[in-house]
Amino acid sequence: MMEKQMNGTTNVSTVCDSATHFHRRTLLGWSAGGCMMSMIAKRLALADQLGGADAKLPRNVILLWLEGGPSQLETFDPHPDRAIGGDTKAIHTSLRGTQLSSMLPQVAQQMHLCSLVRSVTGDEGEHRRAQYHTRTGFRPAQALKHPSIGSILCSQDQQRTDIPRHVSILAGDAPSRGGYLGAAFDAFQVGDPASPVADLRSRVDDSRMNRRTNEWLSVVETEFARGRLAKLETQRTLHLSATERAMRMMSSDQVSAFDVSDEPKAVQEAFGNSAFGRGCIAASRLIQAGTRCVEVTLSGWDSHVANHSLHQSLCQVLDPALSSLLVRLQDRDLLDSTLVVCAGEFGRTPQINPAEGRDHWPHGFSVLMAGCEMRRGFVFGQTSPTPKLDPAKPLADVADPVTVEDIHATILTALRIDHEFEVETPSGRPIKRSEGKVIHKLLDV
Amino acid sequence: MSLRVPSQMRWFLIGLARWTWFGFLVTAAFGYLVSGIATSNPNRLSKNANHSQTERFHHDDDFHETVQRINQLRQQHLALHDLSSAPAADWLTVCRRMSLALVGCGVSLEEIRALETLPVEHRASAHLENLLDDSRFHTYWAKRLERQWVGVDEDPFLVFRRRRFRSWLQQAIANHWRYDRMVEALITAKGLWTDQPEVNFLTVTFGSNNNQPDPIRLAARTSRAFLGLRIDCLQCHDDFLGNMSFQNDDGDGFRSGQQSDFHQLAAFFTAAQNSGLQGVGDSKVDYRYQYLDSDSAEPVFAEVPYQRDLLPRGGSARKRLADWITHPENHQAAIAAVNHVWALMLGQPIGDEVDQLPMDQTHPQWLHVLADDFVDHGFDLRRLIRVIATSQCFRVDSRADFEITTDHEKHLAVFPLVRLRPEQIAGSLIQAARVKRVDNTSSLWLQLQKFNSENEFVRRYGDLGEDEFSAGTITIPQRLLMMNGKLVAESLEDNPIANTRSHLAMFSASDERVVQLAYQCVLNRLPTQTELDRFEDVLCNTSDRKQSIEDLMWVLINSSEFAWNH
Repeated sequence: MMEKQMNGTTNVSTVCDSATHFHRRTLLGWSAGGCMMSMIAKRLALADQLGGADAKLPRNVILLWLEGGPSQLETFDPHPDRAIGGDTKAIHTSLRGTQLSSMLPQVAQQMHLCSLVRSVTGDEGEHRRAQYHTRTGFRPAQALKHPSIGSILCSQDQQRTDIPRHVSILAGDAPSRGGYLGAAFDAFQVGDPASPVADLRSRVDDSRMNRRTNEWLSVVETEFARGRLAKLETQRTLHLSATERAMRMMSSDQVSAFDVSDEPKAVQEAFGNSAFGRGCIAASRLIQAGTRCVEVTLSGWDSHVANHSLHQSLCQVLDPALSSLLVRLQDRDLLDSTLVVCAGEFGRTPQINPAEGRDHWPHGFSVLMAGCEMRRGFVFGQTSPTPKLDPAKPLADVADPVTVEDIHATILTALRIDHEFEVETPSGRPIKRSEGKVIHKLLDV
Repeated sequence: MSLRVPSQMRWFLIGLARWTWFGFLVTAAFGYLVSGIATSNPNRLSKNANHSQTERFHHDDDFHETVQRINQLRQQHLALHDLSSAPAADWLTVCRRMSLALVGCGVSLEEIRALETLPVEHRASAHLENLLDDSRFHTYWAKRLERQWVGVDEDPFLVFRRRRFRSWLQQAIANHWRYDRMVEALITAKGLWTDQPEVNFLTVTFGSNNNQPDPIRLAARTSRAFLGLRIDCLQCHDDFLGNMSFQNDDGDGFRSGQQSDFHQLAAFFTAAQNSGLQGVGDSKVDYRYQYLDSDSAEPVFAEVPYQRDLLPRGGSARKRLADWITHPENHQAAIAAVNHVWALMLGQPIGDEVDQLPMDQTHPQWLHVLADDFVDHGFDLRRLIRVIATSQCFRVDSRADFEITTDHEKHLAVFPLVRLRPEQIAGSLIQAARVKRVDNTSSLWLQLQKFNSENEFVRRYGDLGEDEFSAGTITIPQRLLMMNGKLVAESLEDNPIANTRSHLAMFSASDERVVQLAYQCVLNRLPTQTELDRFEDVLCNTSDRKQSIEDLMWVLINSSEFAWNH
């Protein structure tokens, strides 16, 4: 049972105080740990902890992808009036004691819904490699292409929808891929929702399309199948079934989820009236229609030059869109089943370069998350306001450092996916879904 | 008495001459842009009309013996598995396979007509020779090799110049460089990446190693691309799953791979150092690594994982490694090269992956015969392609009068059905829309259109990146792109200057001819009687002939036959 508090925060209502009572989940967790049971028992306990009253609800993800690497100092981890802080000011948020950059005033008002990790560290400082790392939780390797979180989530899902279950809006350099799970789990790419989805509308009228696909195509297919594999269509090409599914999608009512033009003008303005804002509206509509993962990309954060002004203009796009998305999901009771993740491939250097820019910095950057079992109103880790910046010890300036892999393990756990489960890749190699460690403090258990 | 022209008349004539000249130039320029009158080689399609080169190879006993040997091994292999072989495929089907493999598209109607002037038995071989001399082959294979050798990422910015690298590869293929020369050039590359394009093989790894060649990534790349061994797992630990074994030094038996095997290979590349304005140069091997279960980092010397006796003792580290990889007795490296060419020819590698041919596993005997022939004949890529393309493995039909099973495909009793890669779909689509061959002698407008359309199409269809031989399933976005996409629509629109569809409507003598030509342009075959009867009837009874021709071509383009190599 959920109840909304006066300050807008939402907490789980309990009959008794969990801090002073043993309940089933705690007991199971303690007994598992206390008795030194196997890791399997611990994982079972964790899964049980996460299985709340809404356990039957499917979990969804909305990834707001800030491509180019946003500066943590100009967004979620400001250090005003310090040498590294630049011209950025900080403002108070709805989460007592936590400040954000003054460039994100609306997001600041929704911080009570969010978990903010300020101590993420990675091993990649190059865009493409870091994008791969952050999206998949694995460093790039020639031997194996890893799936993104959305692809893993969809591969777990048995539900069928007419529309794709994994969508990438305004896809940038590297939209999420299915990796070893296969191209079937690649994100379906669409542009600005202000325009119709490409290729979804037939270029000929229905009767012509029907004649093409239902009457004529079968003539050619029958001749091609003659003398070949006995079950050519079902065991090899899947051509006709894919065509039939494409036709179904073209005529599905669910496709209207991509179209945000029927949203009230006030809603569109609240989201910022930008392509990214419209992408966020479409993301929530798609989740409601049955899509499991939507990523919306906001590009242009690679601020080697004029970092401050560049972030100012991009934050004007991000701020209304992110905050309105959180409010909308919360209002529609979707935040309990939908995890919002806002991240880029890395952060930016504490030092400001001669061109008034900041360069790539994977040694302490921020990731914002909200929804599902992610703890609400919580900040984890911190970066030093006066870093020593010793190249030999890049993590010395970060308190409670966590890795990109840890973030992935935590996200998968919040989505109720066993992150340690070993998947067999097409080449027969067993591999865990994530090599990271769950950051238990982030989970609302 | 001199003839005097009134000055007004004189100016009129001069003006007329100027405007006539100007008009001629404009018309010529327009014609050049839209119809490709600048064909540089009028005999481009009849180069092998006398099939002299084909005859030369048919009379080359050595070549003939190798092909016969491969065919015998295939027959023995089939007998061993109690499988019957399908008959030989018809010449046009074989030509389509060759075009898809060598230039990434189907056969144009123009090429089909030129080949039809030759005796049937020479057509496929003549087409092969035409393709091997075709600049499209140099470009297409440069792109394919580039994927294997430097991957598909555009980063790192400034220090990695993909276009220069591709252009260098293109030139190397056009100039008949030996394969071993290309490999050596990559591994021993020196200088600036802008000046010496092969250096980009090293600079593509700069991003993960602070503007220096990354020995870890280069070791993994070298092992996979040139040795056909995926030793990436050894970077972190010894092999404990039996996935990676190397031949023992005495040549007898195998040993499990160790972490040191990977890092000793990586050590060769620590000798490559970037020194700023002078680019990459050679220095001494300098590598320390802390192995798993070790307390501290230790020096790692450069060593190869097998056949260590072939590694030269003297010389620079990278030259020694290059000499070892390209040593005629390094059979593993030779079969790795052959497997890549095989995969490009047949659409799928021998074994599960193109870059994984475990040393402790057996491979089809013909792979070893091809590798020996490749080495014995100077690492000649063209000869290797000719041998494969002439063998029964390549020329057998993909259908038979007995029930075909996956075993028949696996053992090459039939030609395996393989999905076309995105660039092959795009190339075939662009070619099918034109009667004439689309190449670098086509109009500039068409070439520009092809370049843009192809890139856009491949991006949206889903570029497979380095794993371009991985067998994926068809996706809904791919079907939507083919059914409603821009490239298909542009290929089928009414365009009397460029498009096949309009040419068929305007110039075909009969409905029967329209159907036949549509099939030849799109599917590179004639329609069966059933198909001919059906679509001829449609065209005969339609109220809108142009529209029906468009629909017919749409159906052919959207058929599974178009999207598969068969």
